[in-house]
Amino acid sequence: MRVPVTFLAIGAAAVLLSACGQSGTSSTDASTNVAAPSGTSASTAVDPCAKANLTLVSGGKLTVGTDSPAYPPYFVTDDPTKKDGDPTSGQGFESAVTYAVADKLGFSKNEVEWVTVPFNSSYAPGDKNFDFDINQISITPERQQAVDFSDGYYTVNQSVVALKDSKIANAKSLADLKGAKLGAQIGTTSLDYINNVIQPTEKPYVYNDTNDAKSALANGQIDGIVVDLPTAFYVTAAEIDNSKIVGQFKATKGGEQFGLLFAKGNPLVACVNTALAALTSSGELQKLQDQWLAGASAPYFTE
Amino acid sequence: MTALESPVPGTAVAYRDPSRLHQSRRRSRRDALVSMASLIVFVVIVVALVGRTPGWPVVRETFFNAQQFVDSFPGLLEAFWLNVRIFLIAEPIILVLSLAIALIRTMRAPVLLPVRLLATVYVDVFRGVPTILVIFLLGFGVPALRLQGVPNSPIFWGTAALVLSYSAYVAEVFRAGLGSVHPSQRMAARSLGLTTWQTNRYVVIPQAIRNVIPPLLNDFISLQKDTALVAVLGPVEILRQAQIDASSTFNYTPYVAAALIFIALTIPMTRFADWVQSRMSRRQRAASNA
Repeated sequence: MRVPVTFLAIGAAAVLLSACGQSGTSSTDASTNVAAPSGTSASTAVDPCAKANLTLVSGGKLTVGTDSPAYPPYFVTDDPTKKDGDPTSGQGFESAVTYAVADKLGFSKNEVEWVTVPFNSSYAPGDKNFDFDINQISITPERQQAVDFSDGYYTVNQSVVALKDSKIANAKSLADLKGAKLGAQIGTTSLDYINNVIQPTEKPYVYNDTNDAKSALANGQIDGIVVDLPTAFYVTAAEIDNSKIVGQFKATKGGEQFGLLFAKGNPLVACVNTALAALTSSGELQKLQDQWLAGASAPYFTE
Repeated sequence: MTALESPVPGTAVAYRDPSRLHQSRRRSRRDALVSMASLIVFVVIVVALVGRTPGWPVVRETFFNAQQFVDSFPGLLEAFWLNVRIFLIAEPIILVLSLAIALIRTMRAPVLLPVRLLATVYVDVFRGVPTILVIFLLGFGVPALRLQGVPNSPIFWGTAALVLSYSAYVAEVFRAGLGSVHPSQRMAARSLGLTTWQTNRYVVIPQAIRNVIPPLLNDFISLQKDTALVAVLGPVEILRQAQIDASSTFNYTPYVAAALIFIALTIPMTRFADWVQSRMSRRQRAASNA
């Protein structure tokens, strides 16, 4: 007698649950069906990039993600007692770019909301809690399968930082770096550079964040770290005594560009791209680069 | 069903009525059928439910992408060798160290008070402090002291941190095991003329270990996975390799691949420990029957 009851219960649960699943899908279908025609009609009638017509995660506000800690010179703080950057300050290259883009889209400074988005969760499937994420994320074709990127807002070169008394302090070529113990932050294209361009004999060391990489460098556990050039300037000038930029790598084909990260299929990308194009043609973007990432040059490594 | 066979040759099996035996066999066969059927129904329902959620295609693409799996697997396996090495070095040291600590904590001689106190403080501190802090502290802190002749290798210090942290846990497991041996065993051993050392070595410790094999195994498996924490110091082990792959492709499949590799090591180990334990208890029964 127990057997039929169990089966009945399971069967009933199955019917019930599958019914829920079905109603779930049909309701989303219905909502998209309703949304699509209104969206197309709106675009023909009015500017889709007008502030009121933007699809935002939180109405009336532009929600922007970045990791914490946020590093100078991309994010700089107003607070002299702190070292890590503060995105809300408007100081630092990426913070300034964000507010410039927001301004072009029609958002005032206090309509920009910052959320902390660890790099590794920025590309998680499902709904995003940000409109876009700005975190020195390089645009690559593999990544574009999971998320959408805006056009690049900065073309970046990678570089090597070492202590002045390190054995690679005077390296001139990639060959000089082959025997070095090199470190980089996880998830960065800097790491790809070590593996693909330098191809050192010893496996590279990989750190959670740039701070850990800097500790290891200062401790002499590694000979050098690979970071993007603006970061290298900041690290050598303000963070690690007795360190220097050994050199920078020639850009790969097409150059490496930082882009704003969006959820796949987010219609906001087009509007942000328009804003970025306007900032580029007006010279505003270049001005911000000059202001925050100035002097970012160093000798190039020879092949 | 296996209970019918005598576990050890020479030990007695209780007599059972053949007709009852037949009945109970039939019942257990029916039970097996029912459990199999209900399992199948359950799996079908879960698969059907997950498969029809609106986000499933995206989740399948980001977590169970066959191409990503194939691409990342060889690199993960290579990186896993580092985890295995850390584990193989740390585990024996942990066993010895923690057993010593547990013995010290159970000794009652008044003269040993300072050592006992030290052992207690050690266990309290290292069990209370997050393992990752111990790893950071030893891995970045000690090399920063720039002491002559002290290694600054992150793998060395990462392993040392795991040993320190896990020894505190395992010491408590052993202490529980030592406590589970009835005092009469110790007294009997002493009355037979065994020294304290002999009592521990031949009477108390073997019984204690047998009693704590399942929790010990728990800590072993936990240690296997925590070898991944050493990655914060820079060395690329399996989970870090998975993270690198995931962040360059924006796809989480490498983590799933890493999980499978961990499981592939954990399951045989669990079965092995089960086997060791059942062999030990069979021997114990055989000994008490003799």
